[in-house]
Amino acid sequence: MAGILVFVEQRNGDIRQASLQAISEAHRQAGGDVAAVFVGSGIGDAAAGLGAYGAARVFLADDPNLALYSSEGYGEAVAKAVESAAPNAVFFAGTAMGRDLAPWVAAKLGTGALADVVALEKDGDQFVARRPVYSGKAFATVDSAGSKPQVISLRPNVFAAEETGGSAEVVALDGLSLAIRAVVKDLLDTGGGEIDVAEADIIVSGGRGLKGPENFALIRELAQALGGAVGASRAAVDAGWIAHKHQVGQTGKVVSPSLYVAAGISGAIQHLAGMSSSKIIVAVNKDPDAPIFKIADYGIVGDLFDVIPPMVEEVKKLAG
Amino acid sequence: MNCIVCVTSVPDTASVIKIGPDGKNIDETGIKWIVSPFDEYALEEALQITEAKGGEVTAVTYGPARSEAALRDCLARGAHKAVHVIGGEATLGDSFTIAKVLAKALDGREYDLVLCGNMGVGTDCAQVGPMLAELVDIPHVANVTKLEVGDDSLSAGRDVEGGQEQVESPLPALLTCQKGLNEPRYAALKGIMAAKRKPVDKIEVATLGIDEATDSTYNVRSLELPPPKSEGTIIQGEDDPAGAAAQLVNLLRNEAKAI
Ligand SMILES: Cc1cc2nc3c(=O)[nH]c(=O)nc-3n(C[C@H](O)[C@H](O)[C@H](O)COP(=O)(O)OP(=O)(O)OC[C@H]3O[C@@H](n4cnc5c(N)ncnc54)[C@H](O)[C@@H]3O)c2cc1C
Repeated sequence: MAGILVFVEQRNGDIRQASLQAISEAHRQAGGDVAAVFVGSGIGDAAAGLGAYGAARVFLADDPNLALYSSEGYGEAVAKAVESAAPNAVFFAGTAMGRDLAPWVAAKLGTGALADVVALEKDGDQFVARRPVYSGKAFATVDSAGSKPQVISLRPNVFAAEETGGSAEVVALDGLSLAIRAVVKDLLDTGGGEIDVAEADIIVSGGRGLKGPENFALIRELAQALGGAVGASRAAVDAGWIAHKHQVGQTGKVVSPSLYVAAGISGAIQHLAGMSSSKIIVAVNKDPDAPIFKIADYGIVGDLFDVIPPMVEEVKKLAG
Repeated sequence: MNCIVCVTSVPDTASVIKIGPDGKNIDETGIKWIVSPFDEYALEEALQITEAKGGEVTAVTYGPARSEAALRDCLARGAHKAVHVIGGEATLGDSFTIAKVLAKALDGREYDLVLCGNMGVGTDCAQVGPMLAELVDIPHVANVTKLEVGDDSLSAGRDVEGGQEQVESPLPALLTCQKGLNEPRYAALKGIMAAKRKPVDKIEVATLGIDEATDSTYNVRSLELPPPKSEGTIIQGEDDPAGAAAQLVNLLRNEAKAI
């Protein structure tokens, strides 16, 4: 099968982890036949580094008008790279940017797209993908009904990133016709120096069981001790205890960290939709029948106010 | 300011999902169908915009006969007109076909804004909005949680990891709406009664020149329930919470190797 083109996302020149995962998966699927398309402004130095993850060629669109994301600008660059590389498939990391760009590019190419894929295999010359549907209550195995190229976005933190140690040839994408109507004027930092839940490897989330906004301090302490991010259920967000950017679930963020701790969260299906693909799930809840225990790998039945503080102490002891 | 709101009808988010006899679709018995929750933000925003600036809200859906209920719900909440493209039996529809159908349905209509939900709950693709924008050749902003609409432009906030993009766009434009944008209203009894008398424009999908079978770019091979999870290690911590905490941290370190 012909190769795979991977859209690689950067912010301020830093390549996103989820994009490295996508290149690595492309490399596992297509061996040497992987190209990347890398878009931004003043990012030339970082481009060659993509070879280390398995890209043989990097199509570089480096233009001051591409400093900030726009579907129209970035999509034009991806479409040009597709023209040059004629790939069998185009991969995106399923980040905020990738989930916006992949469908737009697909429509521009006159083809469909498979979103939020968690496993991939080949069947002849097409990919067959597994993706959660109905908020993770079911999994669909899907293909693109023969349409080409196959546009696929991969759920972050599900596929492993691995260095292969290769080097890449960098090809400049010239002659882009940039007609950007929806313009990103600014990227406000709303993170306040905290790790975003969507990118964290460890997440500690609190729910209505916390009883009040001040008790998120407990969650924050445990998250800090573990080097993780703070998450929340919708009940806690709707009560105004914590900002929506922390919300995990169907109407919040979908996360797949290596460790997810849910304290005072019942485990409603809409919450599970956002975190059930976490590798290890821990529940702390005083109700032994709380649904969260059904998907927990580990749990404590108990009062979180009695359990979380000693957990913080124990974790701190590990760090020495 | 005329707004088009694209809505889809989905199983209630609390539904128990069972696999249907063909192994590719859900068993629809007993499913309660609702307007996809993200579409409610789109509708609410359109209603607020037209209340402030005048103009009409047209709700559009593509789906089988039962989807008319979603349009009636939109009309009851205040939408002025409704368009029902009849087709799309598959519960896990093809985003690209849906976008093509909606693009045809929009053809010849006058609009300043097209508002969609961020994703159709259930299919969970989040693709129709950006695809539709590309097909009708208007700019779009996806995942919008903040919006100000001027006379011929808009400014929107869109949440990304760790930040918010501030986007400006001329009109007409398409938006996909996310939680945080507004608080959707409920239909009042008066609205529900009035909705019964509002006309719904019905179009058979075949008359739009789209063949659902041959145009599809999404083939569901099989649908399965998630594999059952093996039972976790649950520690009773009521009597000795500190001991339970120590045991848990030890397991996370030495057994799960997660910390
Ligand atoms: C369309 C739609 C979308 C939604 N999207 C989301 C979403 O994105 N994310 C989300 O989270 N929810 C979402 N929800 C809401 C969801 O249905 C639940 O209402 C919500 O997740 C409940 O939050 P909770 O678990 O914090 O609260 P509750 O369900 O009230 O649970 C609180 C838990 O805390 C436990 N508890 C109380 N006190 C203590 C204590 N001292 N120590 C230990 N445990 C204690 C209780 O036993 C209980 O299990 C959505 C709902 C709808 C309809």
